Parts: sequence; structure tokens; C-alpha cells
Amino acid sequence: MGVLDKVNGGLAKSRDKFKEQMNVLLDRGPVLDGGFWDDLEETLILSDMGPEASMQIVEDLRDQATRKGLPDSYAVLDMLGCRIEAEFASGGEEILAGGPAIVLFVGINGTGKTTTVGKLAKAATDAGRRVLLGSADTFRAAAIEQLQVWADRAGVEMVMRERGADPASVCFETIERAEQSAADLVLIDTAGRLHTSDDLMRELQKVVSVVRKRATVPVYTVLVIDATTGQNGLAQAREFNRALDLDALIVTKMDGSAKGGIAIAISHELELPILRIGVGEAIDDLRDFDAHDFVSAFIGDYETSEAMVEDFAEADAAARAAAPPKMTWAEFVELDDAGEVPAKKHFWEKW
Amino acid sequence: MLENLSSRLQGIFSGLRSKGRLTEEDIDVAMREIRMALLEADVNFKVVKAFVARTKERCLDSEVLDSLTPAQNVTKIVLDELTELLGRSDSKLVLGSRIPNVIMLVGLQGSGKTTAAAKLAYRLKQEGHAPLLAACDVYRPAAADQLQTLGGEIGVRVFRGDGKDPVGIARESIQDAIDNLRDVVIVDTAGRLHVDEAMMDEAAAIKEAVKPDQILMVVDAMTGQDVVGVVEAFAERVDFDGVIMSKMDGDARGGGALSVREVTGKPIKFISAGEKPDALEEFHPDRMAKRILGMGDVVSLIESAMRVQQEEEEAEAAEALARGTITLNDFITMNRQIRKMGGIGKLISALPGGDKMLGEGQINEGALDHMEVIINSMTKEERVHPEVLNAGRRARIAAGAGVTVTDVNTLMRQYNETRKMVKKMTANFSQPSKRGKKGKKGKKAGRRRGLGIPGLDGLSMSDLRNLSNLMGE
Repeated sequence: MGVLDKVNGGLAKSRDKFKEQMNVLLDRGPVLDGGFWDDLEETLILSDMGPEASMQIVEDLRDQATRKGLPDSYAVLDMLGCRIEAEFASGGEEILAGGPAIVLFVGINGTGKTTTVGKLAKAATDAGRRVLLGSADTFRAAAIEQLQVWADRAGVEMVMRERGADPASVCFETIERAEQSAADLVLIDTAGRLHTSDDLMRELQKVVSVVRKRATVPVYTVLVIDATTGQNGLAQAREFNRALDLDALIVTKMDGSAKGGIAIAISHELELPILRIGVGEAIDDLRDFDAHDFVSAFIGDYETSEAMVEDFAEADAAARAAAPPKMTWAEFVELDDAGEVPAKKHFWEKW
Repeated sequence: MLENLSSRLQGIFSGLRSKGRLTEEDIDVAMREIRMALLEADVNFKVVKAFVARTKERCLDSEVLDSLTPAQNVTKIVLDELTELLGRSDSKLVLGSRIPNVIMLVGLQGSGKTTAAAKLAYRLKQEGHAPLLAACDVYRPAAADQLQTLGGEIGVRVFRGDGKDPVGIARESIQDAIDNLRDVVIVDTAGRLHVDEAMMDEAAAIKEAVKPDQILMVVDAMTGQDVVGVVEAFAERVDFDGVIMSKMDGDARGGGALSVREVTGKPIKFISAGEKPDALEEFHPDRMAKRILGMGDVVSLIESAMRVQQEEEEAEAAEALARGTITLNDFITMNRQIRKMGGIGKLISALPGGDKMLGEGQINEGALDHMEVIINSMTKEERVHPEVLNAGRRARIAAGAGVTVTDVNTLMRQYNETRKMVKKMTANFSQPSKRGKKGKKGKKAGRRRGLGIPGLDGLSMSDLRNLSNLMGE
């Protein structure tokens, strides 16, 4: 119960809000009528899980409920828990708790990258690892100073350059320094950037490729995402994944009333494991992620049935394999007779 | 900005337009699509529900369905309701007569308060005020340093106080403003969660201490369904007056923007889109609604052109346009002005259908820079009299610009096209416009006469569409 309590504490707000809504649902009585399913869908949409995913989940549950002859809405709740649990990708333990590694933290502005790096540094140092920090956020005013404060708190060394310096060169120096000082965990903070800014994304690509080329230990890129983010979170994650080939997610700011449904959507779509969740300001408020704890904190207590989770996961994997490749509407419109997307031409090329 | 939402909605409407007659069922289907599009854009669930219900009711009116152009009427109703949702009228930042005026910024962590504070200070400075920034975020490490750096960059004084007691800093900043002859104080507070009682109390205490004339809440455009809970809590505890939407330069569908007004009744005052200090724009609900529906935002475009335009250039360019002759020098001037206006991407996105083109990657934002490089490799004479260009000169220019002769030829072809277009436009310009249907444009026509942005003066909506077609070809 220990871990569950902790997560529960941090997620109390999300849970209360969700539970409140679920309770309203359950108060409809144990009867499963059309209104129940509509309300369930609304509740899921309000958690930022996205309208499409919400509808899919409701449809699945509805299907299963009829097939298995679920007696009442309480049974559906158990099933809902298992269904959501099946959405998470697993793995990623080796990134922060494995052997020597270099981890880069990326994300849009204001998601809490610097704070996360600081807290991770402290936790890893306390766990007896030799940590080195790299401050590659040379753009935002005072980002370096902010990380320095965390480095001092954790008592670890930090590599930095002046503001405006090339972030790739900071990373290069950080790795050299790590090799000299035999650090076994290198955490690098990068500048926040919007995924729509091509120039900045290319800069980040360069940073990551420099690190990958230079490093002799595994390099991981971790996307830090704010739990209050809505459906745009998916667009962010897709772009960062396309540019950098992400390895995992960290979800921050789970202590507000945000329900973090977007984290489920991202983890599911891009098959990225969630490493940690941030539930508060304090240094120990960055916690390990556990699917059951997350979901039960999300929808209230429910019984996990391993078999059911696996069933859902298998069904999902099958659906993934069978699904046609996704394309945008614009691409669909441009499909030629052979069903191929013609190569895009730029304005410049055309005239 | 809002590309995804607008492209979905545009798709829905073009589906409707293909039908001569709309049945109740068609409307039903369209409304379901609109509901989905809005939800995907993070518009709050309750707001969507109410919006769809209202719109549907109006659309099912027999006058709409039986009219000759039902699809157009439906589009109009949606535009109308969207404008209503975003706020009927513009809400400007009004400073009181008190000196110093105090503006307080609140918001969640990471919403961009500190950056917004600097941008607001820069804006006020441009308007002739003498702002002071007060750094009351004593919690986030180095937050005051960040404000200090930003203040230094835009040349605005920053008051840091003892760096410990936010209420004290806020109070002392007023005295500091008086001592240093500053007429506006912008108080940057620490980011806080609306569920954190202690922090909300502190915000209320700062408010009590400095009695701000305006409290602005900074809201991240990417916030999801939770935005409603957040703004409601803030409205209750500190009662803010308006909203600054930040990070509008991403592809966030800005559903929060659509929900805030409906839920709290508080207007959106500014939108912040970009990293530079001048990237804070006033918010215009009607223009935003048009933009969402893909009708373009030509008025904002012209306004931003006005800011950029310099007097002499204006006269010169207008003269050149009047003669119907533009030279390659005008091309370069145009490019520089476009860059000042935020680049070709921003320009295109303000045109009808522009967002869609950008989204589909049809526009190469570097194209104009390529042009400039080639033109820079020409002699002065060649720029003014491009007809002297022969094969030899073209080869020399291509070598100088590091491109192929084909590129130079395409540039020249483009130049000739533009010259033809300008000639045609100036011919139109001298005739009274028949396109008075769009009220907004009609009103602007008188003022626009003197503007003379090369390539835009005297343009009507359809000419702009031609222009955008030309670029998209």
C-alpha cells in the first residue's frame, strides 16, 4: 500500500475530480442504459484522453459488457480500469535505473524540464550514483542559474557555458567531463521549444545527434510533458518523436486538477513508457510510475485482472497490426490513382 | 495558429457546400463533426455542448434550410456563434489615471508569465509609457534573474527588492516606480496551482497590497479540458480582468481560447505568439473567428503592414505602383517588409486558405530569401532595368548567387508575372470597387488608400486570393 498511498496523495486532486464524476455516473444506479455510456464518454473526454480514444474505449467496453453479460456499472468500472491500464506502454526501466547512461530532456516551453532534471539529479545522487548535469538550455534567460541552484542542492557538478552558446557544444563538453570524472549518469537539460518551430527542432536534432555520435554509453531522449496539456500534447509528442526518436515520457504537474489523460494517449500512440510523474514542488514529488496506481488514482479503486489487461493489450496489438497507415486528410485528398501520396513540391521548386 | 481546427471546420463546410439542399440529417451530421473537431481542439466539453446546441437550433430554422444558399447560411451562423464565443467586441488594455498604474500577472507554472510580463512592458514602452517590472516570483530558482535579463534586453527597469517576501516586493515596487518616475508597474508573480491554498492566499495578499488596476491571467494555449477549472478558480480567488493567451505560435488548436470567455465572461486581451519581445498582439474575436473558419485575417495583416511601412518608401512604392512598373529593387523592399511583418509564413496564414496551404507544406518560407540572394547578385542597372538581362548576364548572376541559370530564369518569370499582376491591379484600383459586400473591407477602403504596401495596395479580397493561388501553384 505504501507506494499506492504516495501516488494517491499526489494525485488526490485528479482522483477526486474523476471520482466525483464517476460517482455521479454510478449514482445513476447499477443499470446500464444509453445515458450511462454517454456519461462515461463525457467523463473520459473531460480527462483529456481525447474524443477518439474515449469513444473507442466506450465502444470496446460496451461491446464487452454485452458479450460478457456484465451485471452492473460497478463491473464496468473494473473493466474500465483494466482497459485504461492496457493503454500504457511498458519498459524503460533501464533508462534511469540501469547502467551508465546519458539522458537528454526535451519538450516545449514551460513543462518543467529544468525542475525535473534537478529533482532526478538529487534522487540519483541519493541512490548512490555519480551524476553529472549539463545545462544545454542556453536560450532562456536564467535557465542556467536555475539548474545551478538544483545542482547545488543535489551536490553534483554541472557543465555550462554562457547564455547564447551552442547547445551542442555544451553537450559535447558535458560528455568529455563525464568521461574524465567517471560519472555514470549524465542528465542534460535542453531549451524548451515549440514543436512547430522547424529551426529550433533542427537545432535539437543536431544536439541529439552530436551526443549520440560522441557518447560511448547508451543515449536516451525523454519527453517532458505537462499534465494540463490538452490534445495538442499528441502533436507535440509526434513531432518530437519524429525528430528525435524518443525513448520515454515524464509527466509533470499532476498535482493540479488536470487529469493527465493526454499522458495515456501519448504513451499508447507512440508506445513510450512513462518513467516518472511529477506531483508537486518538493524534491521527492517526482515519483515512479505504476500503471495500476496511476489508473486507480485516476478512477478510484478497482480490481486489476491481469488476464483482462492482457486481453485488452493483445486485442490492441492486433488492431495496430491490422490498421492501415495513418495519413492526414490533405494527403488523402492528394492520393493518385495508384493510392500513392505524390511527393510534395515546394513553392520555390514550382516556380 | 489554430490550423488544425480551421482545416477540420473548412472540410466540414466544403462538404456542406457540395449540397444544394440541406436536410435536417445533413445538419445533424455536420454538427456531430463540428462537435468532434471542437473537442479535438480542446474546447471544453460543456462549452462544446452548448455551442453545438445553439448553432444547431439556429441552423434548423426553416429560413436557413429553405434559403437558396443553405450552406453559406450555416457557415455564417457558425461564424457568428464562434465570434460570440470568443467575445463580441475587442477588449483593449485600458490604463487608469492613477500613477503609477499597476498591472498584475497571475497564472499556472510554465504558462509564460515572466515572458509575457517582458512583452507587455515592451509594448507599453513602445506606446510611450515608462514601465517598471516587479519580480515577485521568489520561489522558482532564478526567476528574478530571468526577468532581470529580459528587462535588460528591452531596456526596462526591474525591481527585485529583497528577493524574499513577494508581498513586500510588490509594495516596495510602487514606491520604486514613483522614485524613478515610472508610470506603470507590471507585477510578475510566481506560478501557482489553483488548488494550492497557500499560494492563492499569497496572490490575494499581493492584490490587497498593491490594489492593481488590472489583473491579467496568463493561460497557455495548449491547456486541455482543465482550463475551465483553472480559470474559474483564479476568477474566484483573485478576480482577474482579462486573459493573455500564450504559446499561440504552436499548432495548439487553442480550444482554451474558445472556452475561457464562455466560462468566466473574462475577455482575452492579448495573444502571445513568438519568442521575440514584440510578439504580443491584441486579440480581436471577429478576426480570430474568421481565421478559424479559414476566411483569412486580412485586416490584421494590413495593420501589421502599417506598423512596418515607412513614409518615404510608401510614397515611392505607391508611385511605382501607380506607374504600374515595379523594379527588382521593389522586390527586395517587399521581402524586407514581409520579414518585418513576421515572415512569409505569417503573411500567408493571414490570407484566406493560407493556413491550410502552410499546413500542407505548399509554401516554402525561404523562397523570398532565395530571391533576395539572386537579386543581390545583380548590378544596379540590372535591378532597375531587368530587360537588359541577357544570357551572359544571367550566367554571371547565377554564379554569383550560387544558383543555376534556371533559378535566375524562374525568378525573372515570377517578376514578370508580378509586374503584370500589379498592372492589372492598378487598373482595377482606379475604378470604384464593386466588392462592397464585405462591410469590414468597405470601411477600411478609405484608410487603405494611402498605405501603399508594395503588392498589397488596392487589393481586394479576390486579388488576394489570386495572389495566394499564385503562390500555391
